[in-house]
Amino acid sequence: MKIVAALAALAIALALQTTLGSLVIRGTAALDLVLIVVVYLALITGPITGLLLGSVAGLVQDSLSSGIIGIGGLAKTIVGFVAGVLGSQFIVAAPLSRFVVFLLATVVHATVFMGLYTLLDLRQFDTPYAAVLSQAVGNAFLGVVGAQLIELLPGLRDRRKARRMSRH
Amino acid sequence: MLAGAIVLHVILISAQVNTTAGIPFIQVVTFGAFSELQRGTMKSVDGVRGLWSGYVALRDVQSENESLKRELQTLQVRLQEERAQAQRSENLSQLLDLRERAGVETVAAEIIAGPASVEFRDMTIDKGSADGVAPDMAVISPAGVVGRVILSSPRAARVQMLIDRNAAAGAMIERTRAQGLVVGQGATLRMDYVSGTAEIEQGDLIVTSGIDKIYPKGFVIGTVEAIDRGTGTYHAITVRPSVDFSRLEEVLVVTTPPLATTAADIAVEATAIAAKQLQQEMARNVSPANATPRSPPPARTRVPASTGSPTNRTPRGPGE
Repeated sequence: MKIVAALAALAIALALQTTLGSLVIRGTAALDLVLIVVVYLALITGPITGLLLGSVAGLVQDSLSSGIIGIGGLAKTIVGFVAGVLGSQFIVAAPLSRFVVFLLATVVHATVFMGLYTLLDLRQFDTPYAAVLSQAVGNAFLGVVGAQLIELLPGLRDRRKARRMSRH
Repeated sequence: MLAGAIVLHVILISAQVNTTAGIPFIQVVTFGAFSELQRGTMKSVDGVRGLWSGYVALRDVQSENESLKRELQTLQVRLQEERAQAQRSENLSQLLDLRERAGVETVAAEIIAGPASVEFRDMTIDKGSADGVAPDMAVISPAGVVGRVILSSPRAARVQMLIDRNAAAGAMIERTRAQGLVVGQGATLRMDYVSGTAEIEQGDLIVTSGIDKIYPKGFVIGTVEAIDRGTGTYHAITVRPSVDFSRLEEVLVVTTPPLATTAADIAVEATAIAAKQLQQEMARNVSPANATPRSPPPARTRVPASTGSPTNRTPRGPGE
């Protein structure tokens, strides 16, 4: 069931990415919603699930893009695994620590992705530092806000239900 | 008792004494007092009426207000729909106009998805191989060149935008006809291989040269934004795309390939024309009196279809 929910979350992220992609195409600070979902799921499920989800998400994303299929998949696989290890070995439930994880995950993803493309001489990225940094900050911010919302909303509903029960 | 009697008298007397205005004083006093009473009564009535109309009777007004609000919302939505429809009509009209001007076979398509990965600049259109869309077909919009088809399924196709880092197009500066290669930079474009001796100015219009056999000749790519003349053989030119890729909704896919424009093809065409002219000359020399009217030029020598586009007819200013 959890796997189905995770895959559904990835599908929604991918759909949103392709729908909203045109809105941020001009700027350099494009958000990678799929990466955010992969990192979050890896943090709460562990390295193996993170690795598998990263792999699937990256491959699907690659197949929908015009690049080489597998480069994005590899980058997300590594990021999913590392995020899963961090989530299982350290307490990364606080917003600040999560922010750092999302930030580093984006930097690692961009490094692997761009590094492979440059290494294979398939693409040129001239001084992408500002773009990567802004993307990392955007991803981290959105990741933290999204994670907080996902984790707070069910509790909020339960608390409201409990309050209603206590009144009766 | 005396006091009472005095008062009564005074009242009686005063009732008969006129004021300076000629009106009995008692009347003035009575009227004054009564008018105050009337005023008070009126104020009370007004207050009650106000209370009624302002609060109790507002129940109806509230429902009417809500009904009007709903009506206003409906009208606002309809207005937006009308506006969107008008905008869409305008877009389609521009596309139709472009199709007529371009003189090439095109298929109109709607963009249904953007890029799946942030590093790529591609999009999905709602027309595929079933509509005649195939890889390496040019995609254009009224503003200029959008990109090329890189993958097509029966009902959809993926288009690589010209600003993608892996995209390139043969281009030339419209004013001076200096040729080069435009490559994507993610958000902008760069024009490479423009000779260092070529005359270029900021704001010059860059159009497709047709040499790549993908993009028809003469379609607008963008304008020169910055020139780094450097010391090398070539200029490094930054080009601002004429198309706002974030606002694209509909595009045209050019289904007819551009006419041959490579140097080899031009040489072949030139040889064919020369041979034909030579044959005509020879025929004329053999029997001058029997000179036949000149035959029309061969089909391949006609101006490329893209010449229908207004961009390569005459040199234009950047603002046009």
